[in-house]
Amino acid sequence: MDLAQGGPATALGVPSIDVAAVLPLLIVFTAGAVGVLLEAVLPRNQRWPAQVALSLTSVVGAGVALAVYVTGDFESTTTFRAEEASSGALAVDTPALFLWGTLLVLGLLALLLIADRSVEPGGAFVSKAALRGGAAGGTDTLTKEQTFTGMQTEVFPLTLFALGGMMTFCAANDLLTMFIALEVLSLPLYLMCGLARRRRLISQEAAVKYFLLGAFASAFFLYGLGLLYGYAGSVKLADIAVAAQGTDRSDTLLFAGLGLLAIGLLFKGSVGPFHTWTPDVYQGAPTPVTAFMAACTKVAAFGGLLRVLTVSFESTSWEWRSVLSVVAVVSMAIGAILGLTQRDVKRMIAYSSIAHAGFLVVGAMALTEDGLSATLFYLLAYGFTTLAAFGVVSLVRDSSGEATDLSAWAGLAKRSPLVAATFTVLLLALAGIPLTSGFVGKFAVFEAALSDGMAPLVVIALVASAIAAFYYLRVVVLMYFSEPAPDGPAVTVPGVFTTTAIAVGTIATLVLGIVPTFALDWASAGGFVF
Amino acid sequence: MTPTYYLLLSALLFTIGVVGVLVRRNAIVVFMCIELMLNAVNLTLVTFARINGELDGQVMAFFVMVVAAAEVVVGLAIIMAIFKSRRSASVDDTNLLKY
Repeated sequence: MDLAQGGPATALGVPSIDVAAVLPLLIVFTAGAVGVLLEAVLPRNQRWPAQVALSLTSVVGAGVALAVYVTGDFESTTTFRAEEASSGALAVDTPALFLWGTLLVLGLLALLLIADRSVEPGGAFVSKAALRGGAAGGTDTLTKEQTFTGMQTEVFPLTLFALGGMMTFCAANDLLTMFIALEVLSLPLYLMCGLARRRRLISQEAAVKYFLLGAFASAFFLYGLGLLYGYAGSVKLADIAVAAQGTDRSDTLLFAGLGLLAIGLLFKGSVGPFHTWTPDVYQGAPTPVTAFMAACTKVAAFGGLLRVLTVSFESTSWEWRSVLSVVAVVSMAIGAILGLTQRDVKRMIAYSSIAHAGFLVVGAMALTEDGLSATLFYLLAYGFTTLAAFGVVSLVRDSSGEATDLSAWAGLAKRSPLVAATFTVLLLALAGIPLTSGFVGKFAVFEAALSDGMAPLVVIALVASAIAAFYYLRVVVLMYFSEPAPDGPAVTVPGVFTTTAIAVGTIATLVLGIVPTFALDWASAGGFVF
Repeated sequence: MTPTYYLLLSALLFTIGVVGVLVRRNAIVVFMCIELMLNAVNLTLVTFARINGELDGQVMAFFVMVVAAAEVVVGLAIIMAIFKSRRSASVDDTNLLKY
């Protein structure tokens, strides 16, 4: 990536690429490009099976490539080097490999949810993205075109591009690669938000809001990149770290740059005061896309944040830690308190994700090995749980589509004990009750923060999780101890795709809660290289 | 003329963009203000490249331009879609989702 090493063109050599290390990435991006071609050449009725087969195979294939690389004699490396002495554009190290694995598994489950056509006839995606919305408020009667059971199959290549962008984002070793990856993951997501078959108006509204705010935040990220380039003379994370240790440069550039960069990263992770898009977008987007965003975007955003903080800004941690602590507290408070007032189950999980983002920031701030592995484990555990939770949300339906209002969930256990039990397990995991992955994740993160001298923050985090537990348990009580409404929603019996996604998510939640050691070992296998 | 003036100019342009995003009501204009922010950063990058006497910053400006172009494609598509259903591109009218 050293496109011009300070002058003469002789510095431009052929970059050396460690293909084995980046094979998962190449597979995902290639499949995305092939998916776009399929969209152009195949007749409409063949697109769905072809796209599903292509995207599932490619994600599994990328996972196999990753597994082969990891079990082989691998060494943490940076790749795409222009010359041997400099570090490359991608750092394929142990945390990056762990995050890639996490993203691929979660992405596979999200693809299963996206591909499902049994819950909503024809799938959750409209066949033409530009279709008008129905009546105001979005509780619409479907138009003839919307009921046409064709499905927007472009969503599959879009998902693959977003997934590839996320994987690049976690491994980016310089800020420019990180910015490009940020856009590659964001742009498909903006589009996917606007594709819901039902409630077209709120779906389109979610897309507009996400797009405008997301572009706004990435402009901040970019300005941070510009200022740090001025500070360090390079956008490589390692060079910024070296520059930050010297004191003869302008601190203004460093901290203004870090602040603006952090805004962009925290926005994507839906943290604290930069969360305003989260509830609206989670509610308006089609539920499978929400599941994908909630699980995978969070993994990518925190992977990037961890890398930037650990690699570039460790030496200045005394300066920024207090600011980031405030952000974490604000995030936990907003998530826990505003979550109490929600009447819509998707919005409630969105506020829960804001609270969880606060906990993750606490873990990311502890710049120790424990902090790193705890945060990575937390991301894995949270991803499975939230993905399965949105899967369950997509099952409870009435005549106008998904019944997301909490009142519709009253007495669900009487009508559908299995769904209610699954959702209970997932809510308990989100609340952090022992024997679920949420508890282990929280325990690991708080322990790491405590041993790194952040006791006050841990106390606040515990209070926040106690408050948040109230609204999870309220749903459990509602499902088990209320009488179902006579005209309440029905629980759709899901097809094999959705069933698999929910089952894997729930089982992983329990397994990671009961025997978490193996995953913790993977997460703590090594640190960042740069 | 020192390069610092260009940094100040780009900070000013960036600020105008931020203020524009916050106060303007038409989605297209908001979007143009975001483009202004991106281009202000380009000016910063080029100026720092000049100060440091190297080409990295200028190359990065090209990357930013490509990204901005891709963003226009996606952004205008989304704004067109919502304009078709509402006959309005005002960000005040997109108010079904709140609280």
